[in-house]
Amino acid sequence: MTHNIYLYILTAAAVSFLIRVLPLTLIRGKIKNPFIRSFLYYVPYVTLAVMTFPAIITAPQIPLAGILALIAGIIAAWKGLNMMGIAALCCAVVFICEAAAPYFL
Amino acid sequence: MNRNKNAFTNGIRDGIPIALGYFAVAFSLGIVAKKAGLNPFQGFLSSFLNHASAGEYAEFTVIMANAPYIEMAFVILITNIRYLLMSCALSQRFDPDTLNAHRLLVGFGITDEIFGISIGRTGALNPYYNYGAMAIALPSWSLGTALGIVAGNILPASAVSALSVALYGMFIAIIIPVSRTNKIVGGVVITSFLASFAVSKIAFFDRMSDSMKISLLTVIIAGLAAALFPVKEEEDSKPAEVPEKEDHK
Repeated sequence: MTHNIYLYILTAAAVSFLIRVLPLTLIRGKIKNPFIRSFLYYVPYVTLAVMTFPAIITAPQIPLAGILALIAGIIAAWKGLNMMGIAALCCAVVFICEAAAPYFL
Repeated sequence: MNRNKNAFTNGIRDGIPIALGYFAVAFSLGIVAKKAGLNPFQGFLSSFLNHASAGEYAEFTVIMANAPYIEMAFVILITNIRYLLMSCALSQRFDPDTLNAHRLLVGFGITDEIFGISIGRTGALNPYYNYGAMAIALPSWSLGTALGIVAGNILPASAVSALSVALYGMFIAIIIPVSRTNKIVGGVVITSFLASFAVSKIAFFDRMSDSMKISLLTVIIAGLAAALFPVKEEEDSKPAEVPEKEDHK
């Protein structure tokens, strides 16, 4: 049996939509339970940290470029550079490292 | 209404680096979509409706395998389950009176990155901020996929490589400033880095999708943190009382 690509896309889209929308529409107002409140407070930071590392090292062609981008990004964020600046800095670090790598390796 | 306009503009501004990063990633995703037999319009549609890198990658492999529709539903549920957690977390940032239409639209627009920048905001979340970010990031993601299908490997590898870290730079911009002022969050972030690194190195977890690993680690680490260091009432309700203001420094 062959399947219709549009039906595949719509199935995927429908499931994604429900996952994204249900909690936002069903949970109204502040949750009172202190454990759940605390859990949801920590969720974003854990998720973002887990997604960043070690993915930032494996994303570029040269792992060292990713490590340097991570360090540069953390220092810049610590010093209060804005989001766009940090993103651009990380890209620049990777680009320069990879451009310079042939001369060192 | 001026506040909404302001929030929308800020959303677009913060959405620009996301859009740039998306374009590069979506472009490479388009190459996979082409292998699965999608035409540029189908790639655009898939990315516009689904907008999830790991989720869409899985979607295309299901299409390639000509698997049953029910398998598609299951695979998407597993790879995108982290959005369920993000949606729960965002529900706590909304003003309780927020209209259903706003909840549906903001929910539809949840991606790792848009979620990331919206929780980085102070105060109750203004949906128009998300709309601004969505307005620039989602078309970029969708067009990137379509162009990837059309043009394949046109972008030089060095550019793709450099752009691939833009997203992580933004995540760093969100988690580090809070880690600096809140030692517990800082500890949680370091623990997350180490645990995530360990999981990536342990062969036992190899069969698990990245999204599954992210969800699992999130539930465990955030759960432990919540049990060991409960957040005080004032601490997490404080941002809601701060009026939304420009974050220019």
